[in-house]
Amino acid sequence: MTLPAASAAPPAPAARRGPLGVLSSVLYRRGTLQLLLLLTPPLLWFGVVYLGSLAALVWQSVYTFDDFSMTVTPALTWANYRALLHGANLDAVLRTLGMAAAVTVACAVLAFPIAFYMARYARGATKGFLYVAVMLPMWASYIVKAYAWTVILAKGGVIYWLVEKLGLTGMLESVLATPGVGGFSLSTSHLGRFLVFTYVWLPYMILPTQAAIERVPENLLQASADLGARPVQTFRTVLLPLAFPGVVAGSIFTFSLTLGDYIIPQLVGPPGLQIGTMVYSLQGSVGNVPMAAAFTVVPILIIGAYLLLARRLGAFDAL
Amino acid sequence: MSTAVELLEVSRHYGAVKAVDGISLSIEDGEFFSLLGPSGSGKTTCLRLIAGFELPSAGRILLHGQEASSLPPYERDVNTVFQDYALFPHLSVLENVAYGLSVKGVGRADRQREAEAALDLVALSGLGERRPGQLSGGQRQRVALARALVLKPRVLLLDEPLGALDLKLREQMQTELKGLQRRVGITFVYVTHDQGEALSMSDRIAVFNNGRIEQVDTPRALYGKPRTVFVAGFVGTANVLSGALARRVSGGDRPVSIRPELIRFAAPAGGEVGVEGKLLDVLYHGPTSRFEVEVEGTRLTVALADGGEARAGPRPGEPVRLAWPRAAMVELEAT
Repeated sequence: MTLPAASAAPPAPAARRGPLGVLSSVLYRRGTLQLLLLLTPPLLWFGVVYLGSLAALVWQSVYTFDDFSMTVTPALTWANYRALLHGANLDAVLRTLGMAAAVTVACAVLAFPIAFYMARYARGATKGFLYVAVMLPMWASYIVKAYAWTVILAKGGVIYWLVEKLGLTGMLESVLATPGVGGFSLSTSHLGRFLVFTYVWLPYMILPTQAAIERVPENLLQASADLGARPVQTFRTVLLPLAFPGVVAGSIFTFSLTLGDYIIPQLVGPPGLQIGTMVYSLQGSVGNVPMAAAFTVVPILIIGAYLLLARRLGAFDAL
Repeated sequence: MSTAVELLEVSRHYGAVKAVDGISLSIEDGEFFSLLGPSGSGKTTCLRLIAGFELPSAGRILLHGQEASSLPPYERDVNTVFQDYALFPHLSVLENVAYGLSVKGVGRADRQREAEAALDLVALSGLGERRPGQLSGGQRQRVALARALVLKPRVLLLDEPLGALDLKLREQMQTELKGLQRRVGITFVYVTHDQGEALSMSDRIAVFNNGRIEQVDTPRALYGKPRTVFVAGFVGTANVLSGALARRVSGGDRPVSIRPELIRFAAPAGGEVGVEGKLLDVLYHGPTSRFEVEVEGTRLTVALADGGEARAGPRPGEPVRLAWPRAAMVELEAT
């Protein structure tokens, strides 16, 4: 019964103000209209461009690709998804998943102490410096950084030089000989690729973690100590659970960015495709867009499952 | 009686700021002891020093005779009720209360039982499954109490625990807290800036000012025999006379204090002193009325029960005569 009331509202004293004033008071009195005007452009963008392209992607992943004629026909099939579970495709998916998980864990472990220091101890200029230090690499071109790492990791590069000076060449070689981790040299090893990914995505983990730790009130940590918890217990039972949503947010970045990346795997690491490079070559040189789309759906499903799991674990309870 | 908390010449400095400046204090076992003072007087820092959140820059802290100056909070047998309660938002009420037991390694069944008993003690049984965010301010306050009491500390520290509650609830909680303290027999160290609260609940009160203690006494002694000008002014309302006026009425050089309810409108009788002045204003306070009188440039307050005398009393602008017994005057030290 809001309509009659709204229409019965007294007319605005339009004589005193111009048309803008009238518009303002109309918008003020009709909150829904204001909200609608405000949200229409982003909703259009989100609905049409964002969700629309996502829907097109999922739709195309069930199209048929003809190997002989190299053409796509809009005949619906599960063949692309079935192909995902076989041979080299499955290898690529699992390899990428393993890499993304390892990079995420490494980023979380590295980021937490830095974020903790930034949130709890750093003040004034130190804090500003740390912010810049974390974000500055994000301003540099990603391609340049990736190429720079190929030089750093190459034989005769700075890491090899350092390892040699430290007399650890034997150790590095035995690490590189480990299957699943190593490779011919650092720059063509899984380890090298892992190092570059961890370097590139680390800021995406530090920033949300830092924000989450900063939101944990100091007196909760004091209350925990007051109730007899040693620092390790306070960390485990108070700080970590309360900062966990931040870590989860960061891990979504590191995990999904690693899953979808197709540049770093081309420049660093052993031959053998990852999801990103697979999509790149499938839709580019091969022209098998349906298969590429099917590959793209994989990270979406994985992230979706990951978010559900995180919620189940209570990662968002303290939000 | 043994000593529960002892501070020996304790100081806490932040750079050049002396938050606590050479305090010595001895709190008896089982006492309800209040640290009273305006904000920034060092009372909360003092509490935090006892809790272990701050370490003294100088001096020693003893808990039940044991050296505790540099012990971390988790090794002290004291627990704190925080001003804003500091409940863990990610844990249920029951888990909050059981937290201290759980980090101590008490078994699940035992800690559940003890936490429920503690919730019962603060009249919150049945709310254990809720989150702190779903409770009212008064209920959160009780959870914080239960969480501290469940560990059966020998000393409970309370940092303005009623500060965030509205007046009615605050008065109710004052009575409950006092009753609780009597029942459990734990030493309470209670920080407050509310002198009324301190007077009504405490066995003894330490009055803080500028990082130092001005006076430690029972509420009655503090009100009746304030030692310094600051205490006289901070605890209750006081008329402090100084200079020539003080010399004339008391015969001494030191400032004197007279409580408003000990002054009457009359010519001085035997054993009394009297002054003349002009009535400025009358403020109605329910059971009493307060008369603001100017005497030789000093403002005095006279409180009368709002019965016969107050209603028939003088009107603003009129000249008045004030009289009070000699014994009503307390000589003060200037601070």
